[in-house]
Amino acid sequence: MSNIFSLISDKDSKGTSSATETQEYFVNMGPQHPSTHGVLRLLLTLDGEIIRKVEPHIGYIHRSIEKMCEKDSYQQIVHLTDRMDYLSCHMNNEAVCLAVEKGLQLEVPDRVKFIRTIISELTRLSSHQLWWGVMGMDLGAITTFLYGFRDREQITDIFEETCGARLTMNYNVPGGVMFDIHPNFQKRTKDFLKYFKEKLPEYDELLTGNVIFVERTKDIGYLSKEDAISFGVTGPSGRASGFACDVRKKDPYSAYDRVDFKEIIRTDCDSFGRYKVRIAEMYESLHIIEQLIDNIPEGDFKAKTKAVIKLPPGEYYQRVETARGELGVYVISDNKKSPYRVKFRSPGFSNLFALDTMAKGYKIADLVAMMSTLDLVIPDIDR
Amino acid sequence: MNFSIYDFTEFIRSIHFWLTGIFSPGLADVIGLAIIGVCFLLFVTLLGLSLVYVERKVAAFFQQRLGPMRVGFWGTAQTVADIIKLIFKEPLVTKNSDKFLFNLAAFIVLIAPFMVIGAVPFAKGLHALDFDIGLFYITAVSSIGVTGILLAGWSSNNKYSLIGAMRSGAQIVSYELSVVLSLITIVVLTGSLQLSEIVASQSDGWWIFKGNIPAIIAFIIFIVASTAESNRGPFDLAEAESELTAGFHTEYSGIRFAFFFLAEYVNFFIIAAVGATVFFGGWMPLHIGNIEFFNNAMDVIPPVIWFFGKVVVLLFLIMWFKWTFPRLRIDQLLTLEWKYLLPISIVNILLMSLVALNGWHL
Amino acid sequence: MFKSIYKYLTDIFNGARTLLTGMKVTGYYFFHPKEIITQQYPENRDTLKMFDMFRGEVVLIHDENNEHKCTGCSACELACPNGTIEIISDKAIDPETGKSKKVIDTFVYHLQMCTMCNLCILACPTDAIKMAQTFEHAVFDRSELTKVLNRPGSKIMAGIKE
Ligand code: SF4
Ligand code: SF4
Repeated sequence: MSNIFSLISDKDSKGTSSATETQEYFVNMGPQHPSTHGVLRLLLTLDGEIIRKVEPHIGYIHRSIEKMCEKDSYQQIVHLTDRMDYLSCHMNNEAVCLAVEKGLQLEVPDRVKFIRTIISELTRLSSHQLWWGVMGMDLGAITTFLYGFRDREQITDIFEETCGARLTMNYNVPGGVMFDIHPNFQKRTKDFLKYFKEKLPEYDELLTGNVIFVERTKDIGYLSKEDAISFGVTGPSGRASGFACDVRKKDPYSAYDRVDFKEIIRTDCDSFGRYKVRIAEMYESLHIIEQLIDNIPEGDFKAKTKAVIKLPPGEYYQRVETARGELGVYVISDNKKSPYRVKFRSPGFSNLFALDTMAKGYKIADLVAMMSTLDLVIPDIDR
Repeated sequence: MNFSIYDFTEFIRSIHFWLTGIFSPGLADVIGLAIIGVCFLLFVTLLGLSLVYVERKVAAFFQQRLGPMRVGFWGTAQTVADIIKLIFKEPLVTKNSDKFLFNLAAFIVLIAPFMVIGAVPFAKGLHALDFDIGLFYITAVSSIGVTGILLAGWSSNNKYSLIGAMRSGAQIVSYELSVVLSLITIVVLTGSLQLSEIVASQSDGWWIFKGNIPAIIAFIIFIVASTAESNRGPFDLAEAESELTAGFHTEYSGIRFAFFFLAEYVNFFIIAAVGATVFFGGWMPLHIGNIEFFNNAMDVIPPVIWFFGKVVVLLFLIMWFKWTFPRLRIDQLLTLEWKYLLPISIVNILLMSLVALNGWHL
Repeated sequence: MFKSIYKYLTDIFNGARTLLTGMKVTGYYFFHPKEIITQQYPENRDTLKMFDMFRGEVVLIHDENNEHKCTGCSACELACPNGTIEIISDKAIDPETGKSKKVIDTFVYHLQMCTMCNLCILACPTDAIKMAQTFEHAVFDRSELTKVLNRPGSKIMAGIKE
């Protein structure tokens, strides 16, 4: 009896060699595939269902945003970054604005810092909600997708009222934010906090505790701390491997040095760990917003800037923590009204290339779970 | 012709006499069979249409949506519109695919549920095939469908389809065991494989109530294993859309795709029908022992309603799973069967035999 | 031996319990149809009101005398990252001073290229343009998306200086 069980035990998922002769084959996963969430193409080398190699092929949605930045003014660059990682659009905008402000040596009013931080955290929440829904859907629980969207809708309503758009908000301008917050903003945000505190435990009941879900994600997609660092895996995916990489803590910007929050670090290194980090981050985001929402200082919503911004010649680097990890903006200026060169260090790109290391020896179904827990946004990878 | 909603035996017999009165006996039989065939054809089509609609509505309500609302009142004609769309779509055949098998697969998949549905007792006397090995027939014939799935996966010339078909093969072969064992658990009590006898044996209470704990365990195993056998979520690995795009029917389009779709829903109905017949008394109204007035009150509701009511409850239960749980992985699926369901059902049969021997059941 | 059997059984029960918790959540929503959040869009057109900050398309504000505030300075054209706006200006003789002056002839707006980034609105020195809350932009012919924003016969409001 016992050797029957050992034949189909979990060890098997690592793929032990069998006596029969087998042949590896290739499968193109994508560019059109339901779980690559966009036009990502993965060239899989499979042995039966077991993955031997994952080769990401990117570039299907490349729009040369970095090149376009070289012809745009600094104000115009901001709206292009909305289209990189559209789920953390506000943080992308913020990164560019912070870099420009660094170049101008401009101190933005406190009110701006507070507003930016609150909206950043709301964006992070909305991104994580969507990720949670999609994660469930990738594993076959379609209902979670709708629940994630349901809660996200509340945040997009807040955005629509204050920032004027639901997704590509372009709310930041160098020196501040585009408009002052809407009079309803604080009330609406507080209502949302109350609402979401009730709904968040549902996420745990539906997925986190679910035995099928735990089995599908525990000990799957192992990414050691060393690998995470050498691949530059940041954000929740990196922190689940024990890599303390939260820019909000290490290099605080905006109002993050004035709030109290925990950097969620886990050492499970697996898909479940990455899942748990994001769930815990949602609680932290709620906590951050709670501290700030009642204390937004009075003042200007925008520092005075010239109509044509010219950065002094030099190189400027600013990093922020988006919902997916560390976004770096590197600007070289030659004292013209558009930058000489802009480079984005996007978190998705680095995270994606850890997939091969993670996926070797697991099954196709695990690959889908791993990609979900890396939370890939393809336009962020290709730019 | 004396028609009664409570007992169809007389009604069917009178049709038979009427037919033999007009035609020669041989011809009458053939015409009788043809009538039955047409009836089932209509029934299966209606069943498919309504089940797809119901499933979409139920799923929507689980997900805080409204579901189809546009075509007809509350979207009731949505599936009809879908079928019309599917009929008009071009039936594509992939390059280098095995065209004969590719076409054949869609039919094989549909044949199996047709053969099974004839053996389901809908009401007293409303029963096309009443073999003395009815239960055995159902379990045997229902696994023909897997041939269609394997052929579909093989002939499509698509690796996703092939993986899906292989998964499906492994899955059905293993879960078949648990389904049969859980059904046998009840057969231990009834002592007969004939479905009409199984129903009749529940005239003083359904087996799920009479059969003590082993019956409940058997019912749970039956629901899990038969959901898995019919490739429904959370066991829909064969078509796992987030992994294999659509699994074995990736390359099917138009009306052939509709066949797969229809077969899936008819299978779904059959599970619920068999479950209702074996565990919940089929068309038998709820009877408690010899409490006359209660039993008589229950008898007022026609058996057809009892049958379909039970089926709907079971269908709802299975939909509830599907729209809540994530999908299992192939090795977990097999682990669940061989490590949990199969040993438990074997132990359960032993338990049930003990119960039956000692007369602990009601 | 007994320990492993005990673990086997507790595994099953714990697993089943977590599954039932999940079913409780979905079941709750099934039996509470009041929680349904679907909005039936074309039917609720009358009650559907967009937030007043919502950016749907750029419009040139005209008052009841068919006058607008656009001086034709093309600041918006320069601010636009996508070349969405084309200002075609004309020279006209100012009746008061008698000097020749730039006036707007056609304000061309290519809706299909607009990313609703609001930069043109910020750039306009006279607040002549604003964002409208319309969002039903679908048309059957792409050329319909290229719009002329200044109405025929409209002219600039008195007292607006560049
Ligand atoms: S909203 Fe942006 S893209 Fe549209 S016209 Fe104005 S500046 Fe151009
Ligand atoms: S809309 Fe405003 S910015 Fe554009 S041309 Fe007219 S006055 Fe100038």
